[in-house]
Amino acid sequence: MNSKTPLIHITKRSDIPVGRAILIRVIAIAAALLLCGFLTTLLTGLNPIEVYASMIRGSFGTSRKLWNLLQNMAMLLCVALALAPAFRMRFWNLGGDGQALMGCLAASACMILIGDKVSNTALIIIESVAALAAGAIWALIPAIFKAKWNTNETLFTLMMNYVATQIVAFFIIIWESPKGSGNIGVINQHTEAGWFPSIGSNKYLLNVLIVIALTLIIFFYMRYTKHGYEISVVGESERTARYIGIKVHKVIIRTMLLSGAICGLAGLLLGPGTNHTLATGIIDGRGFTAVMVAWLAKFDPLVMIITSFLLVFLQRGSNEIATAFMLNKSFGDILTGIILFFIIGSDFFINYQLHFRKSGRKEAK
Amino acid sequence: MFDFATFIPRAISQSIPLLLGSTGEIMTEKSGNLNLGTAGVMYVGGMCGVIGAFFYENSPGKMNGVLAVLIPLVCCLLGSLIMGLIYCFLTVTLRANQNVTGLALTTFGVGFGNFFGGSLIKISGAEVPSIILTNTSNFFRAKLPFADKFGWFGKVFLSYSFLAYAAIVIAILAGRTLKKTRTGLHLRAVGENPATADAAGINVIKYKYVATCLGSMIAGLGGLYYVMDYTNGIWSNDAFGDRGWLAIALVIFTLWNPVSSIFASILFGGLYILYIYIPTGTNLAFKELYKMLPYVVTIIVLIMTSLRNKRENQPPEALGLPYFREDR
Repeated sequence: MNSKTPLIHITKRSDIPVGRAILIRVIAIAAALLLCGFLTTLLTGLNPIEVYASMIRGSFGTSRKLWNLLQNMAMLLCVALALAPAFRMRFWNLGGDGQALMGCLAASACMILIGDKVSNTALIIIESVAALAAGAIWALIPAIFKAKWNTNETLFTLMMNYVATQIVAFFIIIWESPKGSGNIGVINQHTEAGWFPSIGSNKYLLNVLIVIALTLIIFFYMRYTKHGYEISVVGESERTARYIGIKVHKVIIRTMLLSGAICGLAGLLLGPGTNHTLATGIIDGRGFTAVMVAWLAKFDPLVMIITSFLLVFLQRGSNEIATAFMLNKSFGDILTGIILFFIIGSDFFINYQLHFRKSGRKEAK
Repeated sequence: MFDFATFIPRAISQSIPLLLGSTGEIMTEKSGNLNLGTAGVMYVGGMCGVIGAFFYENSPGKMNGVLAVLIPLVCCLLGSLIMGLIYCFLTVTLRANQNVTGLALTTFGVGFGNFFGGSLIKISGAEVPSIILTNTSNFFRAKLPFADKFGWFGKVFLSYSFLAYAAIVIAILAGRTLKKTRTGLHLRAVGENPATADAAGINVIKYKYVATCLGSMIAGLGGLYYVMDYTNGIWSNDAFGDRGWLAIALVIFTLWNPVSSIFASILFGGLYILYIYIPTGTNLAFKELYKMLPYVVTIIVLIMTSLRNKRENQPPEALGLPYFREDR
């Protein structure tokens, strides 16, 4: 009989002490860093400790680098905050890129078309509304089909990204300046119309503050409001939701409008808020990175601050090592991928418990 | 007049990476695994082939035609197999979320391709930012000797390399295996309802692993075809673009049928390059709008299949869900 008992027996954990869960995560990240260090030496012949030290310098070295880190964190967190409510509802919104891009497009359109016709304050209000609305509409389209006909939202939102990219490419050629350059340069460079004001001399502070406020709002929204509760119920079980009288269609559409609008906000902050231009690559894949930020944090807005820091740190750090050691920039993507694999894998040890086969004598008792 | 004799061959050679990618992804999805990492797998497949070819081309001695094809081929298959194994280990053994694992796999794979691409460019000391493997590519692109004798017929049907015909054969074989064999039936059972399949004595974990790894290897070949054939052996970073995602879109477009994927991928290949052939005069902006056609068509198909809601056209029922025997 003993020979038929499997060596390892797996059971689901009901819950795990917080300290234990954190410990498992830390072990996973440490193991990933070890493997990454080993690979770094193997592939490039560099001392991994030096490489890590230079990653840290790249993120915190100077106040300019620190502000860059904060700005990138804020932008990534903003998209992740947009995705979190949708994911909690089990609506896989992979269209963050497209929704943010449409937001940026709408804001840029306002700056270009009515930049010299209204006052600056009015312009900023109009472009903000336009950006949020554009993002929301881009998210609303897949949401309606999901709610009404259960169309697969993962792939729908994914495809919408590419449609958005081409629409932006179309407008870039129409507005390009100088003609034939293939990009539109800085919008309203002389008048600075529609540009977000900077607080003091720091051009990123306003963005960071907006995202901090947004984090608190989303945290409150998801945890303490009726809407947040409905989102969780729909995510846990659609049938239960219907049974207790939640209108599932309404929740899906409402949550996706919110999700898209926040993505639009991210586009607004990246466009008029930071770069003052429009480009197809302006969102820089944040819609996909944000999926991981949100998921690693189990959709908790406060934990997402940590996970977005982790991912931005990896990106900024690897840019730094790319220039410092004359490596290819993509080396950072490899490291990020490996670390993600470990964190994703470590979830197993948090959710499940392994029981090894006990020795034969104990079994006989 | 629209030039079909040049358009169709270009559309077909454009379609082969998509066909291989989608055939691989169909195999994977039939086992209940939604591998969003296909883009990354195809990058790794292409890059591993390039690495193999690069070192063989730069090794002393005369190049042997068989080895010149075999070495990149084996490297490509190994590389994509490892990607498939990583995905399976995380999602099947460790039951991680498939979407997140797939996206991480894409990050890793694209990074892998571009990093080694960049490194090889540095080693070769080329002035242009690309790796040129024309010699290997010539072996890969060996064509049927009599193709030219048949005029337009030869050009449209016989002018491709062995990988292109292999892709079509693989798609037909995959379609037959899924529909007509016991193995295919078991695989579909695993994708539809793993608990029932398990109860019927099918080894769910084995089926998931084998289908996903085979799928990855087929998709990886798509990357290899792209480098060795479509671009004549020239690898430039990021040139592969969004073809991996388009392959995933094709899976839905074809309703999980590899055989119809042959025609669908030619259609997509055509849509992908249609903008070159449509006369827009000096207005370049509209070309950008034509480029969105494949995606718009996919969205329309996605909507249509969900509207018609026919049972046989639906995704595998357990697609995207991890299986845990003790979980009831």
